[in-house]
Amino acid sequence: MIEGALWRRWVFYNIPLILFVFVLLFPFYWMIVTTFRPDGELYLPWNAPNYMPFWTNNPTLEHILYLFEETNFARWMFNTMFIALVSTIISLFCGVLAGYALARLNFPYAGGLGTAIFITYLVPQTLLFIPLAEIIRNFQLGDTPWSLILTYPTFLIPFCTWLMMGYFKAIPKELEECARIDGASRWKAMVYIIIPVAVPGILSSGIIAFTLSWNEFIYALVFLSSPDQKTVPVGVTSELIRGDVFFWGPLMAGALLGSIPVAIVYSFFVEHYVSGLTGSVKG
Amino acid sequence: MTVSALPAAESKRLSPRLRKLEDERWLALALLAPTAILLGLFIAYPFFEGVMLSLSSARVGQPGEFVGLKNFHKIWDDSIFRTTVWNTFWYTGVTTVFKLALGLWLAILLNRHFKGKAIIRAFILLPFIIPTVLSTFAWKWMFDPTFSVINWTLFQLGLITTRINWLGDPDLAMTSIIIINIWRGVPFFAITLLAGLQTISPELHEAAAIDGARPWQRFWHVTWPLLMPVTLVVVLFSVIQTFADFQLVYVMTGGGPANATHLFATYAYQLGIGTGLLAEGAAISLAMFPFLFVIVVVQLLYIRRVETR
Repeated sequence: MIEGALWRRWVFYNIPLILFVFVLLFPFYWMIVTTFRPDGELYLPWNAPNYMPFWTNNPTLEHILYLFEETNFARWMFNTMFIALVSTIISLFCGVLAGYALARLNFPYAGGLGTAIFITYLVPQTLLFIPLAEIIRNFQLGDTPWSLILTYPTFLIPFCTWLMMGYFKAIPKELEECARIDGASRWKAMVYIIIPVAVPGILSSGIIAFTLSWNEFIYALVFLSSPDQKTVPVGVTSELIRGDVFFWGPLMAGALLGSIPVAIVYSFFVEHYVSGLTGSVKG
Repeated sequence: MTVSALPAAESKRLSPRLRKLEDERWLALALLAPTAILLGLFIAYPFFEGVMLSLSSARVGQPGEFVGLKNFHKIWDDSIFRTTVWNTFWYTGVTTVFKLALGLWLAILLNRHFKGKAIIRAFILLPFIIPTVLSTFAWKWMFDPTFSVINWTLFQLGLITTRINWLGDPDLAMTSIIIINIWRGVPFFAITLLAGLQTISPELHEAAAIDGARPWQRFWHVTWPLLMPVTLVVVLFSVIQTFADFQLVYVMTGGGPANATHLFATYAYQLGIGTGLLAEGAAISLAMFPFLFVIVVVQLLYIRRVETR
């Protein structure tokens, strides 16, 4: 594709790409530097003479220790993990079954239901959080992990269903017919033949659902109130800022540690994540 | 079908429940039931409740009574609400244009073979997968009025002489928020558009090149039209997510300074949860609905037109 001299390759491709990568990753670098920088260095004004923003010679673990000793951070991590895992499993279960039905079965209103799923896929959480908060309170679920475990599927299921529909549609009909000719019931053909073939799709949906639950903020902010019930994003926001005072060291340490589980899951399944992401935008 | 006798004979041995599942309609019903129950309970029902709430005078701890469209009249006359509407459109419009342009550029940069491509692609998506609130805090710290690393860099480069108070001025605060949204959204655009680019056969480019098309013409007449269907869906998703955004503004400014940077969601939160005016908060959130509805319908119609062309 690229013809021409070396300098052209650098000017038109390599340098812009390096700039993109630099800007996209710099905030994470900044998070890491701040996490390990002692308070004395952290709060030097930006125009102080010996200000050395990009490095520290006195790395410290004080902010991370503060997080575990003075706040419920470990608890928030556990809560977030638990909520993300359970809501992902629920959503996968519902999404795989619904996706299968919508993609491979003939029944009245199949088309209409498919559209309905697509529309709920597009309903943002911020549209419904106030009435939902009332409903959660009426169901006596307020301030429990179940308030999130049961509501996160509302945005995860449509997503999983939509993605799974794409995967199921790509599996040839003959595969199922063969199984049925060999005497398998419809149910068995689905469970033992079709679903195993769709495992890559299930992995993709699961990983994206997991990262989406880990990322969710407004429901967690509104439905949870006691410090030991909170998720990482909400805990960090509400417990590490007192009035106008930001505890930047612990805040960045919390942001860094709170990102690590997602980053690890992502790093193991990059290809599945990417294929899920690109599958999710196929019309 | 001669073979149909076999499954029928088999199904006699199945339990009555499983036999019912042999009928596609019953099977579909069974498979869709869990989804329908959860979505009905936590989307359809809250939507209905939200409409009722917005037509009432409810506050926290006070059920209130039916007041008709009073809340909508009230927010219509509210100057903060008008700023909010304007902000939301501005925020959505500007970020979408930049995300599309930069995302497409990045996708084109990635759409070739070079060493380390897989690693770069994996790293590039980080802004999109790391929880928004957490990465936004890193930005907030970078934009901190006193300790800003951005100010430091601009100062060292000789571009500024005094500090820039990024989050203290309404326009600058909005600009900061827009920058962060673009930063977070570009990877999503780039990776999905890259997937679209990879489906375009290189032979088309070669053919166009042989016919004498210059690179820019090849992009405009070959790549862009073929990329259109993917682009439209990506834009649709992005527009909806941006329009209904909450986290970024909540963390960066909380809607301030002086309520100048509110979006629908943050203003609804401030009134509904912050000050306990549930009915008005619900009305503001619901006011997003007609806009979102129009966006979705227009986009879907357009997508259909492009796809059938």
